[in-house]
Amino acid sequence: MGKTIAEKIFDAHEVDRPFPDVRVLRLDRVLCHEITTPTAIDDLIRRGKDRVFDPEKIKAVIDHVSPAKDEKTALQGKILRDWVRRHGIKDFFDIGSNGVCHALFPEKGFIRPGFTVIMGDSHTCTHGAFGAFAAGVGTTDLEVGILKGVCAFRSPKTIRINVVGRLPAGVFAKDMILGIIGKIGVNGATDRVIEFHGPVISAMSMESRMTLCNMAVEAGATSGICQPDETTVEYLWPFIKGEFSSKKKALEAFLKWKSDPDASYEKVIDFDVSNLEPLVTFGYKPDQVKPVREMEGTKVDQVYIGSCTNGRYEDLEVAAAVLKGKKIHPHVRGVLAPATPEVYRKALEAGILKIFLDAGFCVTNPTCGACLGMSNGVLAPGEVCASTTNRNFNGRMGKGGMIHLMSPATAAATAVAGVITNSPLYAR
Amino acid sequence: MKPFGGNVLFLDRSDINTDEIIPAKYLTEISKEALKPHLLEDLKLEGFDPIRDLKGKTAIVTRKNFGCGSSREHAPWALEVNGIHIVVAENFARIFRQNMFNCGMLAIELPSETIDELFRIFSKSETHVEVDFPNDRLTFSNGKTKKTYSYHLSPFDKTLVEAGGWVEYADAKY
Repeated sequence: MGKTIAEKIFDAHEVDRPFPDVRVLRLDRVLCHEITTPTAIDDLIRRGKDRVFDPEKIKAVIDHVSPAKDEKTALQGKILRDWVRRHGIKDFFDIGSNGVCHALFPEKGFIRPGFTVIMGDSHTCTHGAFGAFAAGVGTTDLEVGILKGVCAFRSPKTIRINVVGRLPAGVFAKDMILGIIGKIGVNGATDRVIEFHGPVISAMSMESRMTLCNMAVEAGATSGICQPDETTVEYLWPFIKGEFSSKKKALEAFLKWKSDPDASYEKVIDFDVSNLEPLVTFGYKPDQVKPVREMEGTKVDQVYIGSCTNGRYEDLEVAAAVLKGKKIHPHVRGVLAPATPEVYRKALEAGILKIFLDAGFCVTNPTCGACLGMSNGVLAPGEVCASTTNRNFNGRMGKGGMIHLMSPATAAATAVAGVITNSPLYAR
Repeated sequence: MKPFGGNVLFLDRSDINTDEIIPAKYLTEISKEALKPHLLEDLKLEGFDPIRDLKGKTAIVTRKNFGCGSSREHAPWALEVNGIHIVVAENFARIFRQNMFNCGMLAIELPSETIDELFRIFSKSETHVEVDFPNDRLTFSNGKTKKTYSYHLSPFDKTLVEAGGWVEYADAKY
């Protein structure tokens, strides 16, 4: 019987099966940030176990609130900073080199096909875009990951989503994943892995695949996984050229992590994008999704472009194409948070930041910021934000605020119009 | 093992997320105790008042997909510091469920018909739940009606609850 990608990764990493339904896996990466790691560090110290399993496999960043906004966030940063120094963790990203974890770590080449990755952050599923099994965990699992380099999971059941058809202009990975979540629901893939397949995925950039996998958790999924291919090799090539004699050899090695043709899936869903429209959320759950045209005219107070979902270069480029030569509506506060310093620098050099600034946007440093209402654009009660982030939960960006999730193109068009609007319509 | 059971808070909604259980702005706290006054502060549920409704409650019964969203273990911690060590639901988000057992707490799944019955019979009255952990049974009573239900926990989940969590177990073993 054939195997899914997750099954192959589990088999290659299993160190124990303490009970029939539990698989303890060896971890290739334990990723850390300053919100969930300090409590783990604190607990390890209290238990007299202030150790790390392998400083090379642990990567850390201060990203959620950076620069620190108060004494508490400063202390969280300090605990993480002191810890990485104490244990010789070299890959640590602090002010000046820090960015949103799920954009930064892939950009550094830390994630490879076939890897097992955990982090104390639910959007860790993003890294599945590289053909890895990447799962968000709580602080206790993170703590054990740091200490022992293992994590326990139940045997993965996989839902296969074949994305077929031809993606219309003005419709992006964000619309696709909102459409998928709208179809299967926020509980539709709970405790399941989603494998994304099909010609639309094959034609996608790594950035778009990350957007897609990023929101797999909004349907409850443990990890979203795309099969490694030439695009994966191309993205990783600067980091792996010392390991493989050619791109062809690298691809051959990565294809070890392909799903078998006779793999057994719990469910197979065909998702045709040919008639997909730009989508937007309403309400407080990511599966409450409507075509943008049905929400057209909804007034917004703020537009936020950034986050681990849509703060990458490609996203800024798309938004800038809409904003070029235009001014945002006088009642709208525009906030752009490029996800990493690299994205920031590239956008600066390409003149993209100038387009945002000329349009009237505020450009912040790379940080998670307003996405979870911690800094840089928290809403007042009754305010509405058009956002390229991943969660429209009640209170997420500030108590009493309302969030509408959308693509960077729709967000940019909405910033100009002052109301939710369709970007291709706007361009016309 | 932690004490399980007590007076029940019924939350008649599915998909209650961890941002509602404990908002992100409190994730800057290092101590669990500091989370205590903020449990369910942002819950979107008609007529719900966290201060009034949480008083004296040490168990929760709710619908589907409880604890979806963020991976924050602050959600079980916020329950724990309020004395709530057991949540009963139709199902849970994976990370939340694992976090509960990793902390030695109980996340118990019951079929939707049973959850419906619990809401029908007990949600309008003062209800108490008793947990018979060795025999995997819950008994709900409101003075008028008493109902016992069996639940299923995997041996791993039971081991974590008995061991008081995953850290000691894993450090001894791996």
